[in-house]
Amino acid sequence: MSYLQQYFQSDRAGNSMLGALLAIAILVPILNLAVPESSVFHVSTYTVTLIGKYLTYALLALAVDLIWGYCGILSLGHGAFFALGGYVMGMYLMRQIGDRGVYGNPELPDFMVFLNWQELPWYWYGFDMFWFAALMVILVPGLLAFVFGWLAFRSRVTGVYLSIITQALTYALMLAFFRNEMGFGGNNGLTDFKDILGYSLQSDYTRAGLFAASALILVLAYLLCRNIVNSKLGRVVVAVRDSEDRTRFLGYRVEYYKLWLFVLSAVLAGIAGALYVPQVGIINPGEFSPLNSIELVIWVAIGGRGTLYGAIAGAILVNLSKTWFTGVLPEGWIFALGAMFVVVTLYLPRGLAGLITRKQAQT
Amino acid sequence: MSGLDKMRETFRRDQVWNFLMPRYTYEDVLDTSKGPILYLEDVTVSFDGFRALDDLTLYINDGELRCIIGANGAGKTTMMDVITGKTRPDHGSVFYGQRIDLLRLSEPEIAALGIGRKFQKPTVFEQHDVLVNLELSMRMDKRVWTTLSARLSGEQRDRIDEVLEIIGLKNEAYKRAGLLSHGQKQWLEIGMLLMQDPRLLLVDEPVAGMTGHETERTAELLTSLAGQHSVVVVEHDMEFVRSIARTVTVLHQGSVLAQGDMDTVQNDPRVREVYLGD
Amino acid sequence: MDHCSAVQKTFSRIRYGSRLLLLLFGLVVAWTNANSVMAETTGFEQIVQSLTTSKFRDKEKAVRELAAVQDKRTMPVLQALLDARLYYRKADKRVVIVERVDGQFRMTDPVTAEELGTVPKRKIKKIGINNKLRKLLKSKLASLSLEGPDPSVRLSAIEQMQGQLDESQYLYIKKLLEQERDDDVRSAMVAALALYELDNGSADQRIKAIEVLSGNLAQVVSNRLQALLEQDDLEKEVRKAAIKALDRINERLKINSIIETTFFGLSLGSVLLLAAIGLAITFGVMGVINMAHGELIMIGAYTTYLVQSVMPNYTDLSLLVAIPAAFLVSAIFGILIERFIIRHLYGRPLETLLATFGVSLILQQLVRTVVSAQNVAVSNPSWMSGSIQINAALSLTYNRLFIFIFAMIVFVALLLILKKTALGLQVRAVSQNRSMAKAMGIRSDWVDAMTFGLGSGVAGIAGVALSQLTNVGPNMGQSYIIDSFMVVVFGGVGNLWGTFVGALSLGVANKFIEPFSGAVLAKILVLVFIIMFIQKYPRGLFPQKGRSAEN
Repeated sequence: MSYLQQYFQSDRAGNSMLGALLAIAILVPILNLAVPESSVFHVSTYTVTLIGKYLTYALLALAVDLIWGYCGILSLGHGAFFALGGYVMGMYLMRQIGDRGVYGNPELPDFMVFLNWQELPWYWYGFDMFWFAALMVILVPGLLAFVFGWLAFRSRVTGVYLSIITQALTYALMLAFFRNEMGFGGNNGLTDFKDILGYSLQSDYTRAGLFAASALILVLAYLLCRNIVNSKLGRVVVAVRDSEDRTRFLGYRVEYYKLWLFVLSAVLAGIAGALYVPQVGIINPGEFSPLNSIELVIWVAIGGRGTLYGAIAGAILVNLSKTWFTGVLPEGWIFALGAMFVVVTLYLPRGLAGLITRKQAQT
Repeated sequence: MSGLDKMRETFRRDQVWNFLMPRYTYEDVLDTSKGPILYLEDVTVSFDGFRALDDLTLYINDGELRCIIGANGAGKTTMMDVITGKTRPDHGSVFYGQRIDLLRLSEPEIAALGIGRKFQKPTVFEQHDVLVNLELSMRMDKRVWTTLSARLSGEQRDRIDEVLEIIGLKNEAYKRAGLLSHGQKQWLEIGMLLMQDPRLLLVDEPVAGMTGHETERTAELLTSLAGQHSVVVVEHDMEFVRSIARTVTVLHQGSVLAQGDMDTVQNDPRVREVYLGD
Repeated sequence: MDHCSAVQKTFSRIRYGSRLLLLLFGLVVAWTNANSVMAETTGFEQIVQSLTTSKFRDKEKAVRELAAVQDKRTMPVLQALLDARLYYRKADKRVVIVERVDGQFRMTDPVTAEELGTVPKRKIKKIGINNKLRKLLKSKLASLSLEGPDPSVRLSAIEQMQGQLDESQYLYIKKLLEQERDDDVRSAMVAALALYELDNGSADQRIKAIEVLSGNLAQVVSNRLQALLEQDDLEKEVRKAAIKALDRINERLKINSIIETTFFGLSLGSVLLLAAIGLAITFGVMGVINMAHGELIMIGAYTTYLVQSVMPNYTDLSLLVAIPAAFLVSAIFGILIERFIIRHLYGRPLETLLATFGVSLILQQLVRTVVSAQNVAVSNPSWMSGSIQINAALSLTYNRLFIFIFAMIVFVALLLILKKTALGLQVRAVSQNRSMAKAMGIRSDWVDAMTFGLGSGVAGIAGVALSQLTNVGPNMGQSYIIDSFMVVVFGGVGNLWGTFVGALSLGVANKFIEPFSGAVLAKILVLVFIIMFIQKYPRGLFPQKGRSAEN
């Protein structure tokens, strides 16, 4: 029996998740666009956007699981990479507004006109082109992760230290983005987007398209991550998680492995953010808040870390229940979230995925 | 000033920069023509005033099997930490062969130069199968991108099988390492050491938790490795030391107390007093 | 001068004497005063009553007589007259001092200081004054306070007059200076005279005056010197002297601002110290981060609020009661967290971090649900308000000062607990080598619980201190957890002195960066600095060394 066979067999859950994702990537847009509204099978645009949002969260959770579940790096600042990706996309969308803003300035976004800025800051150049923005979605979070990770991993900052520094990172970024002088819209962030690649963001077709794109990118990211964790590199990374020193004494440059994975994870998070913004229509500094970053860790924990499909399932489940709770019992949500943290860490260290595999093992 | 020194070092006229150097394996750079493979000279390590190593000077010859004994706190593990790059000494020099200054290298670089280490407490990757443990230890290019696309060749597969045979874990190849018994973990770690194909093996208490029979086999294995490889064994089990040792070094309070064959050492009055006396 | 003012002078002198003397003399003075008051009451009352006349000439006469009486009731009456608060009742023509309360007028008898209840406006009539009378009142009030018994009254009076003297006042103050004994008042008088000479003297006099004023930090002095320099026809020497004097003033102002910034920095540092030291203890001993630490601080602050609402009439005392109360409440919460959660996650620091974060969410929401989502008002006791005036340009507020001292006391107390008590010994043993400590028979789980209780209790105390400085609300704890952890990391884990140095230096650094960059950017810069710092010194300023520390 070869390795690969073994790994594929053990990922039955992952395969069904892939199937389901592909199915909704095709079905949901069809049910939204082709089925008349009167039909019971019709899926409202609101629902499409909502699930689309969950899918970007799932991608973010996947990114966190890759480093936490497999490499033991608990980042409490991954929301920062998500938000940066979102801001990059937001900048592109902002430039697409053109002279349709409230002040009708063809060059400057509304908030800059409001602040009496005379010209576009240099770092806003190029964002009127989609390819440039798309490149930046990858480069900006990737570069930040590279610099930060290089500094942190090289000096062997690990464990809770690393967690808290990542939290400090996102906290610092949040404070920075709240400032008007930064040129990213301050408190209000970037919003009032009109269209993407020439298609109106209000149109059902665009929304369905964004949804399908989110689902497909999630599928691709899942396949990529699965290939990585099943490769020898994946096994080295798990070795690092379990005994960093030992790995080092075997001749592996642990810091490079961590850095590589961390950057990849940050890029995935950035892409998730870039998909998120056009669907929800706003990005503001609140996305950098440490609470967001730590909340997404609990998605992964609930789904089951170290299983990629668990992270996806966890993100979707927790957010579904969040939507439900905030509708029915708004005060209850924080209690529920807090309780989740406690219960999962105490009683479900391997999350729901662990619960299922244990059940399977028993029968 | 150190910045300036670094500049000078970088622009020295008679040197070839690292990135321009052809990639050698350690066999090409390691120079043991004078005999010793490891030179430790005047090595001092102190923790908050306590001197774990105190001007330790020690030479290990190429192909030698050396046993190091000493009471707890004599500095045995700290010495290994210094050689493998985990701990930096306050002063002193550590050379690998004639030319390689180990104090300027990191742990992975030292490992890549063919210095393998077995820890006192068996450390294997508990979440991985025995097979994966061995695969990860194999001597090969360990950079990130090559690792990403690495596949086991038939030759490498054979080597793994061979080592599995040696360490007697053939039937446990697909078992999670965390589920092995203590003795089996010891063997697995020895196996990992073998997979690294090191030139110098540092073995910390290899027979703790092993049965008499296993101890014998370990002794056999280590003796057979000597010659091709240099082996440094730290051990408490005197029977075991007697059975393998040609030269024994006694460490006491961070420096060498006595050195010689087992009988000389055992009859040394100072040794009797501090270590064997009771 | 009659005997009464002599007594008052004596009184003013002995203020600097011992307490006992003060008490004795106080009794004597009270007695003599009481006698003289009795003797003069009828006279005083008559004069006050004569103010009700409609003729300004008679009013003027009454004012002059009042000023001559040397009665301590005089000043309030004159002040009230000047402020248009002196009325008489239409019914019985009785003169009253009024205070406007909710559209009504609350009356006080100026003679007996008796409260006379409130009346509507139509029942009383204002005693009006004209400009001449106003001027007279001002100068009489000034001279009354300048010759009054209380040096601080004299000081503030002279400070108000600085830069506005006319010739008669100049001569008057010059005369007063000869008998003035209080140093502060003297130097203020000298400055006031010099300021007059600056405008009206000869060139020589002006240079002398400038020399006198050089180094004086009062705002009016630098304004005047500045104005002097703007005159075109200024003599060369005077200009030179003025520039020199201004330079000296600016230099001293700079030193002042450095002192002030340091003080603010130390104040922030002491808050950080209070917030971080509990975390330092739990993190140092148990290696776990309690993310609910901030919420334990919040609970301490809310305990202060509750104690205050239970004893609303004893604000001054309530803070002292709140300190042990907050310690206990937070410590109990901490021990509960340790018993029910952290104990089960031993050896899994990342999970502990997550679980305690969950606890922090629950505690926040609990406060929102039970108390309120809004901030609550915690009042400052009287002894915490106000400030110490170091010089004209520098004052240190009492609340910051007290909190700094308080933080030092807490720090020293913790040092003593860890160094001198059995618990401290056990805590240190467990933090250095848990398994060895266990083998020696130390009940490590008990030590953990106590350590956690101690650390959490200190967080509660920090909450009491913070309630005096910032808003008390459900979110207040969150902002401190990152800062506290930065302090611990910066100082080095398991070392209280490291936390001490870390907190104070970060606080001071923050305040020194702030003027250049603004508060938010200063915070970001400090965070970035610490992120860089850990790269270089992963174990902080004061690392623990040894083989055990490296694992």
